[in-house]
Amino acid sequence: MGFFEALLNDQFLHQLLVNGVIVGTLYGVVAMSFVLIYKASQVVNFAQGEFLLIGAWVCWWILTDLQVPFFFGFLITLVFMFILGVAIQVVVLRPLIGEPIISVIMVTIGLSIFFQALLNWMFGVFAQPFPTIFENPSVEVFGLHVQTVYVMSMIVSVAIMGAFAYFFKVSKMGLAMRATAFDQQAAQSLGISVRQVFATAWAISAMVSAVAGVVVGVVNGVSSALSFFGIKVFPAVILGGLDSIIGAVLGGLIIGLLENLAAYADVSLQWGNMQRIAPFYALIIILMIKPYGLFGTRDIERV
Amino acid sequence: MADAALKETPEAAEEPPLLAVNNIEVVYNDVILVLRGLSLEVPKGKIVALLGANGAGKSTTLKAISGLLKTEDGEITRGTVVYDGQTLNHMDPGAIVRRGIFQVMEGRRIIQDMTAHENLRLGAHTRPNNSEVARDIEMVYSYFPRLKERTGLAGYLSGGEQQMLAIGRALMAKPKLVLMDEPSMGLSPLLVREVFGIIRKLNEDLGITILLVEQNARMALEVASYGYIMESGKVVLDGTGEELRNNEDVKEFYLGGGGDQRKSFKNIKSFKRRKRWL
Repeated sequence: MGFFEALLNDQFLHQLLVNGVIVGTLYGVVAMSFVLIYKASQVVNFAQGEFLLIGAWVCWWILTDLQVPFFFGFLITLVFMFILGVAIQVVVLRPLIGEPIISVIMVTIGLSIFFQALLNWMFGVFAQPFPTIFENPSVEVFGLHVQTVYVMSMIVSVAIMGAFAYFFKVSKMGLAMRATAFDQQAAQSLGISVRQVFATAWAISAMVSAVAGVVVGVVNGVSSALSFFGIKVFPAVILGGLDSIIGAVLGGLIIGLLENLAAYADVSLQWGNMQRIAPFYALIIILMIKPYGLFGTRDIERV
Repeated sequence: MADAALKETPEAAEEPPLLAVNNIEVVYNDVILVLRGLSLEVPKGKIVALLGANGAGKSTTLKAISGLLKTEDGEITRGTVVYDGQTLNHMDPGAIVRRGIFQVMEGRRIIQDMTAHENLRLGAHTRPNNSEVARDIEMVYSYFPRLKERTGLAGYLSGGEQQMLAIGRALMAKPKLVLMDEPSMGLSPLLVREVFGIIRKLNEDLGITILLVEQNARMALEVASYGYIMESGKVVLDGTGEELRNNEDVKEFYLGGGGDQRKSFKNIKSFKRRKRWL
């Protein structure tokens, strides 16, 4: 009986669906930046979540300690993340080119642990709230309360997705990146600098993840829990297909919705903590029935 | 291998050649010696053919020139590659492409999950000007009208179309010297003829110098003004296209049906012995 009653309680379900779409787009953005690295340089980056964390902490520090207005602080954060991305690629990952994939994975896990510890040491282990950015903490959208920052996040996410589409379809660097992903040596024969492509991929990925980090930080405060996003990205990316940008966006959306529907089940059916594990059930099921994901490509076979 | 160094380069003409490979030695993975003292010259505005059996080192020679050797753990351990007065030995492939040398790799290597148009744009990666690039894409389409009609992924193009795309992509870089590695590979005889017609046309119309590696020796020597024949990492014979076409040994081993009458299989052993030219 309780289930049907709850189902009638539309308001709550709608609220969760809206949350699902918003959080899902955010997952999509992080998943995109994960796919970017994987596609360009074949590195499975386990430190993706730490990029969110670093971005959020740096932005927080600039806003609170240096008292810089949000807009500029945000810009400085992006520049910092761009440089950090290049630095990590050049210092840590470039020497590993040609090493077995498992070594590279271990190194990214190492990076993740390193940054976790470093940030805990620098900023402490307690969650810190962001200074208020918007006058009204929430706005009404179709009769539902949505946090203003989520509206911003939605706009920013869609803008980032549009920018990605433009980047890969039109810009020279984007084309070079796709070519490098497909055939490194052929790309080099065209005069493309593979080193530059790798470094750019990491820089953009770090930067875009940081945007997501700041958004989540503004909502929930900054704490090491943020890096959990990096793990959530896996179901999204596997669902969409490891090497598909569109797949990453859709996968993110689906995982976001799934999570919130699970939250609904938690509340209405008293199931406990489905919200946290539902994405990973999805991950296992996808790997069993569709290991290439929805959009993952296999090689073109001309017959 | 004391005799490796003895092979002398032909005397330079008054005008220095566009490309001169001087007595290079190439080693892969620090141990595998692939080229042992190879020299050749490519004069400006000419088509030069580089022939030889599988594994003679033809592709390696091209990669040594274009710098792609470095991407496969290969290294020029001796000798020089001089292009337009500059030594290319230690330059990376990008810098060499910027200087006007473009390699069309064996097997075409087009980017299959991109469209033909995007592949052409990639060819212009080292060039800045956008309006000029757009104009050159049209120019390539005028050479290969079939490419313009194909809007799908390049991976679904036919073998011939892919070869045209690979050549078109090379043109996009505005090269002075194109290194072509087996453009006839996997194509029907009719298409091979078409591709060689295009190669000749590019040379005549645009004045592009071409160094051509081929298995199809007959076609290659028809378009080339000069040819080199390689064996185990060295040049064993060279001469004008005409000379090589009429050379008895070349007829025997590369053109087929040489000599007065078809040899029977009984005599194959003696061919092998005779194959040592030097």
